[in-house]
Amino acid sequence: MINFLRNVGSNFIDQIWRLGAGGRLFGLMLISSGESFRRFRLVVREVYFTGVNSLVIISVSAFFVGMVLALQGYHTLQKYGSSEAIGVLVALALVRELGPVVTALLFAGRAGTAITAEIGLMKATEQLSAMEMMAVSPIARVIAPKFWAGVISLPILAALFSMIGILGGYLVAVPLIGVDAGAFWSQMQANVDWQFDILNGVIKSVVFGVACTMIALFEGYDAPPTAEGVSRATTRTVVTSSLAVLALDFALTSFMII
Amino acid sequence: MTQNIVEIDNLSFGYKNRTLHKGISMTFPKGKVVAIMGGSGSGKTTLLRLIGGQFKPSAGEVRVTGEVVHKQSRGGLYQLRRKMGMLFQQGALFTDLSVYDNVAFPMRELSDLSESMIRDLVLLKLHAVGLRGAHQLMPTELSGGMARRVALARAIALDPQIMMYDEPFAGLDPISMAVICDLIRTLNDALGITSIVVTHDVEETFSFADYIYFVADGVVAAEGSPDDLRQSTLPFIHQFVHGEKDGPVPFHYATGDYKQDLLGPEA
Amino acid sequence: MERTTIDLWVGIFVALGVAALLGLAMKVGNLTTSNIGDTYTVNAAFENIGGLKPRAPVKSAGVVVGRVGDIRFDGATFEAIVSLKIDKDYKFPADTFANIYTAGLLGEQYIGLEAGGGEVSLAEGDKIIQTQDAVVLEKMISQFLYNKAVEPVAAATAPAESTKTDDDALTDSPLDDLLN
Repeated sequence: MINFLRNVGSNFIDQIWRLGAGGRLFGLMLISSGESFRRFRLVVREVYFTGVNSLVIISVSAFFVGMVLALQGYHTLQKYGSSEAIGVLVALALVRELGPVVTALLFAGRAGTAITAEIGLMKATEQLSAMEMMAVSPIARVIAPKFWAGVISLPILAALFSMIGILGGYLVAVPLIGVDAGAFWSQMQANVDWQFDILNGVIKSVVFGVACTMIALFEGYDAPPTAEGVSRATTRTVVTSSLAVLALDFALTSFMII
Repeated sequence: MTQNIVEIDNLSFGYKNRTLHKGISMTFPKGKVVAIMGGSGSGKTTLLRLIGGQFKPSAGEVRVTGEVVHKQSRGGLYQLRRKMGMLFQQGALFTDLSVYDNVAFPMRELSDLSESMIRDLVLLKLHAVGLRGAHQLMPTELSGGMARRVALARAIALDPQIMMYDEPFAGLDPISMAVICDLIRTLNDALGITSIVVTHDVEETFSFADYIYFVADGVVAAEGSPDDLRQSTLPFIHQFVHGEKDGPVPFHYATGDYKQDLLGPEA
Repeated sequence: MERTTIDLWVGIFVALGVAALLGLAMKVGNLTTSNIGDTYTVNAAFENIGGLKPRAPVKSAGVVVGRVGDIRFDGATFEAIVSLKIDKDYKFPADTFANIYTAGLLGEQYIGLEAGGGEVSLAEGDKIIQTQDAVVLEKMISQFLYNKAVEPVAAATAPAESTKTDDDALTDSPLDDLLN
């Protein structure tokens, strides 16, 4: 029992340490971000690896999520005789919640793990040390461009997710189920507010972008320089990012709705 | 008069729970090849990191060209590091860049040279290590020895005054080893740099080093030129130089009586 | 020449993202429909606004002509002051009537403007004098039940009075059901 409590306590203290270290890395990264903008090529390169390479998984998932939403929504809505509202349901669900959240979760799994593994391996093979010894700051040269690339990529991916999801929902609702196309779009337009729904969705995805990328970068940077350490860090990236995204989503939603 | 380019003065350093160095002093005169030898885990590599300013000593100091490393600001430290080149154990080439881009990396990052100038310099450095023909390969396509030569070309890209080698022979075949040996000596003499080599390969080191420090138990156990050390009667040096398995450095990790262990606690 | 292909892909990626955002805003959201360019603001005081929210539509003859701006409480008169942002293209007479309606039985509340016959148009900062409050369903039901208990005959006319000005058929029908 004492041992159990001791474990819990030391784990907790360890997490506080890591939180502090993560915060410090974030600060250092922000300070040395100037170079990333002066040499924007570095960021563009990373956008390719984090954003463009996630396009396929994001598009395919979005398509299916949209189709499922339409099917499930129709099933429930038709009981109340308001199956035209299916467009609203699909659009609001995607724009406000599923677009940013599911994109962030997929991003953590696809791009986040890649970032952690890459940085962890660079550390394990002393590439970061080598850079440091060359008087090149790895934080400015490696961490910061990846961070900004993540922050740029995630909102773009989330917007694509919502758009493709709505198209998927349209395909199910209109040609397959037979909801009137005009009603589908006009109900959607009447009830989705570009500021309160779409803009808030974009804000969410930017926040998720910061959180997911930073967690992935920190886990990689903090990983013990061994094969086991890197693989554990990769797992932790997915777990921590997912929890962070869901918790942040709750916090942001409660802010936005009030 | 020989000028000491790197001086280690009564240096102590330890990780969280154990001290690694207990008051080490060394001097590295300009233009010489100085080797630091010692068994595995004696903190040789850590010494290089202390010189490079990646760790802070708990006591004593390291001076590079007269400046105390751990008292430098970030900018000052980076200024000092531009005088140093370091060859890491496994080369530490950037795996996402080609050989050419690896060697060009420090020039692109730290200088304002034009791309055509960089091209000439990169090919020059690669030629010096005999790998000009491999410039378009990726690091994963190189053998261990080639990777280390490319890393060497990268380390000398900006003409450092001090070259540090961390276990340059580890895991190499005899031919690659001979090549690296030769390169360390020729680069040192041709470019007039000071070399610090951390290693435990006796044969190679004795063949090219000007001066050798032996580190054991956190202190300098012996020092001298290769010839002096070969004659040394110190039991530890004798064991190390001649590669005997038992001696002052025991074969067995410190433990209780073997008989006791076998008989078990009830005996 | 790996660099140019990366640049190309990133370019396509960003363009797709911008297109998706624009698509969301235009096709899915109400950026196009709600984007009433220049507006002028008039105020209207209500004793009870029910569930009216900022940005609720302002309609005239069923067409959206503006949006509700902000809603304040006037401590002196104990009334709600609602500011209406109306499209500059539409002019309304000064004696226009402002009502708070409900879309459907339980739907969102909006403001309906019924143009009067005056010569002078409403201008920036003017106040609409004639207003009618929101219909509070609970109030009506309790009033109806009370009337029915006290005076069974008069009960039939009481709720009809309060819905007289309400041109929304949906609000009428359930009340009719209750009567029968």
